[in-house]
Amino acid sequence: MFGKLSWSAIPWHEPIPLMTGLVLILAIAGTLGLITYKKWWPYLWHEWITSVDHKRIGIMYVLLGVLGLVRGFADAIMMRSQQAMAVGGGEGYLTPEHYNQVFSAHGTIMIFFAAMPLVIGFMNFVTPLQLGVRDVAFPTMNSVSFWLTASGFLLINVSLFVGEFARTGWLPYPPLSGSEYSPGVGVDYYLWAVQISGIGTLMTGINFVTTVLKMRCPGMSLLRMPIFCWTVLASSLIIVAVFPILTATLAMLSLDRVFGWHYFTADLGGNPMMFMNLIWAWGHPEVYILVLPAFGIFSEVFSTFSGKPLFGYRSMVAATMFICIVSLMTWLHHFFTMGSGPAVNAAFGISTSIIAVGTGVKIYNWIFTMYGGRVRFGVPMLWSLGFVFTFVIGGMTGVLLAVPPADFIVHNSMFLVAHFHNVIIGGVVFALFAGLHYWFPKAFGFRLHEGWGVAAFWFHFLGFWLTFTPLYILGLQGMTRRLQHVNISEWSGMLSVSALGVAVTTIGVVCQIVMLLVSILQREKLKDLTGDPWDGRSLEWATPSPAPFFNFAVTPNVEGEEAYWGIKTRAIESQQLSAEPKYAPIEMPVHSPVGFYTAAFATVTGFALIWQIWWLAGLGLLGAWAGFVVFAWRDVHEFHVPVEEVARVDRARREAREALLERIAAEGASA
Amino acid sequence: MRVSRSSGQEQPGLRARGAFALLALPLTLGACAGGILDPIGPVGNDNAQILIDATLIMLVIVVPTILLAFFIAWRYRASNTKAEYLPYWSYSGRIEAVVWAIPILTIMFIGGVIVIGSYRLDPFRPLPSAVPPLEVEVVSLDWKWLFIYPEQRIATVNQLVIPAGRPVHFRLTSGSVLNTFFVPQLGSMIYTMPGMVSQLHLQADRPALTWGQSAHFSGDGFSDMQFQVRSVAPAEFAAWTQGARGTGAVLDLPTYAQLARQSHRNPPVTFRDVDPRLFQAIAMQRIPPAPGPEPASPEHAGREVTPAGRSH
Repeated sequence: MFGKLSWSAIPWHEPIPLMTGLVLILAIAGTLGLITYKKWWPYLWHEWITSVDHKRIGIMYVLLGVLGLVRGFADAIMMRSQQAMAVGGGEGYLTPEHYNQVFSAHGTIMIFFAAMPLVIGFMNFVTPLQLGVRDVAFPTMNSVSFWLTASGFLLINVSLFVGEFARTGWLPYPPLSGSEYSPGVGVDYYLWAVQISGIGTLMTGINFVTTVLKMRCPGMSLLRMPIFCWTVLASSLIIVAVFPILTATLAMLSLDRVFGWHYFTADLGGNPMMFMNLIWAWGHPEVYILVLPAFGIFSEVFSTFSGKPLFGYRSMVAATMFICIVSLMTWLHHFFTMGSGPAVNAAFGISTSIIAVGTGVKIYNWIFTMYGGRVRFGVPMLWSLGFVFTFVIGGMTGVLLAVPPADFIVHNSMFLVAHFHNVIIGGVVFALFAGLHYWFPKAFGFRLHEGWGVAAFWFHFLGFWLTFTPLYILGLQGMTRRLQHVNISEWSGMLSVSALGVAVTTIGVVCQIVMLLVSILQREKLKDLTGDPWDGRSLEWATPSPAPFFNFAVTPNVEGEEAYWGIKTRAIESQQLSAEPKYAPIEMPVHSPVGFYTAAFATVTGFALIWQIWWLAGLGLLGAWAGFVVFAWRDVHEFHVPVEEVARVDRARREAREALLERIAAEGASA
Repeated sequence: MRVSRSSGQEQPGLRARGAFALLALPLTLGACAGGILDPIGPVGNDNAQILIDATLIMLVIVVPTILLAFFIAWRYRASNTKAEYLPYWSYSGRIEAVVWAIPILTIMFIGGVIVIGSYRLDPFRPLPSAVPPLEVEVVSLDWKWLFIYPEQRIATVNQLVIPAGRPVHFRLTSGSVLNTFFVPQLGSMIYTMPGMVSQLHLQADRPALTWGQSAHFSGDGFSDMQFQVRSVAPAEFAAWTQGARGTGAVLDLPTYAQLARQSHRNPPVTFRDVDPRLFQAIAMQRIPPAPGPEPASPEHAGREVTPAGRSH
């Protein structure tokens, strides 16, 4: 009846997962109780859960990503403290069974449920605003994408309390992940959580390729798009190219595990090497899916905070598309040590280091963007400068790892661990924090507190280097990754310094939380009245803050690069806004619960497949399919925003802009 | 089966079996210091040299780039009224040419290092030497290393003894899951994979005591997949093989089957005889792969635990 599921699936005798699970259940129950008590359900249901507004979905993605970041960081604290304690004979506090789940969960969550939702959150929130349109190409599909991603994250957290998580690392290499060596449900939790969220991500990719190619406002030719939109296009193209590989690979591994097939087994014609090739054919481009939009965020920040257009815009576009294509040709560098032969290794070594050309060009273009500018060191700019320093060094160690004979002695070492954290934290996470500060006013109508933001930056920056410099050194001393305990006592000192680095980073995390709370408390003082808090250059700053759900009262007409900068300069020069447009009713897509329903049934299906409860899996699939049928036969697709409402919102915006113009004129006169 | 019978020495190997039982003896590793930048052989020397060369080549570009970034950010800070403001300056063909040229030239240089290094340090390529290489066959198991010396007809667990000054030709496979054979002070590592044989050539130039490990995660006992490596003078190596021929059990099929079961922290053991065809039989999977976890109780639904997973 219930497949492999029984009461013994709950870790009654293991205090850490049991307590974490209980605290989690209490926290969720408490939140749901509060919502019920305060009668927030109708608001949440109508305004958020069923919303197809790209900005709301973007914000929910970012919230999900922050939750993932917190969970993944908790795992990181456990890993660093365990290794610092379990050195030279110590055993630490985590058994191998538990520790191996912790590092597997850390990697899986940080990539799939922290970095991805955050990046996709920014893609969602920013892209339609920058393109001057009202929503993405497929708003309801966008909602389905989000809820499927959330479903995956839910399944991973269920594994804390019911069963176990994978003990095979964030990429489950067979035969270790096969049913013989991993008979538990851990790998199944991994497979179905990633599978369900991966389908969501693929739909996001389709959505954004279509949005960027087909949904731009009049005059917004491809080469007039802000560079962030280019990176979104490049990233989405990679998603569409490689996520099907992930889906197929995980499906094949599931078939091996459940039905005893032989795609990746070592016998009967299967081949584990094939899994490594396929998973990295997805896995390496995945890194660029994350980092290209991050480069886009930095481009926006460098340009805005230098008061100048981006230097070498076309060169940047070329570098972005160059990376987009070459990223698909480098996967083999993840296993140079498999013995592929010198010709193959050399070819992939060169293709890997060639990517550094595109990245190098970008770095120089950002530097020359600051040249001749008036650089303001706001919080987003601090993250960007910290990024240049950190990422250049991470890129350098990356090229070292791309040299096969050098990789032969640092592959899978702590040097490698330090390298990929160096580029993913220094590149992606720094960008996300910069973007959070930069676009927060556009989402909520008030800025984040600068002082706490500066403090958060410095603690994160120092914490990062304090954590990972020792790991580089340990890698050079021969320490390999994923050790539950460390037999060589000489490494104790470096491991302790690294743990101290995590403590410093924790202070940075606390600063971020305080920043958020202080900003909410002081939201009147930090209010963004004009809608253009950073003297921005692209169209999102033409809207009021927070942006209305229809984004633009009248679709903008773009006449050059840096669309909003042109409008703003004209207004300042002529000392007046353009004439009031003729308002018309706006057609917007109706909200739909189909995303939520589908994901709810997908979660049930995933859980049932993990525990092999076949009837429940069938029921879940049927439910998800029924949701789509009901959605496809809906009668009302759109609703109209009345012209009075449009005019009211836009006149308020124009008033704020008039005030801004007068202030600029007064400043000009006094200077 | 056939492999062990042909060895002609049917010894139960009880003493060895006792040693394979789960001993919670911490593996004491002598001479733990010495990482990849302190090599004791030609392969390690070349690996480290390439790592250092490539770092230096890139530092020539990286350091000025970082300094330039901070200098320009500071020079053009908004409060510095002396710096010129060029609000529309966003293109310069010359600068573009330079910023594309610098990384391209660097990568062309590194590309040369990549191609030459990949060929010269191909793990399958024999090392130049007047003496023929010592043959060693390596089998990774859960969670220990089996070394077979086919010419000497001896085998060891978690202990690799090699003659200094003579190349060693390793042929490697896995009896269970993927692992990576890595002796940091000797240089290049390589995967061990079930059903496949990889090759590696290494050499120690001088007698030394060092250590090796698995560099690819292989399950709950992975942290203890370390082994002693002793490089000794050729005469001492001959004496050691002689000694090993006289002591220990015979590595026959039942003994191998017992060895293949999951265990960790196995102390170093030698076997006085082994069928030289054992390695091929494991690699060709004529001997079935190691059994994997054998849970003591069926009570953990979906949470089967290996012995190493919670032995503490």
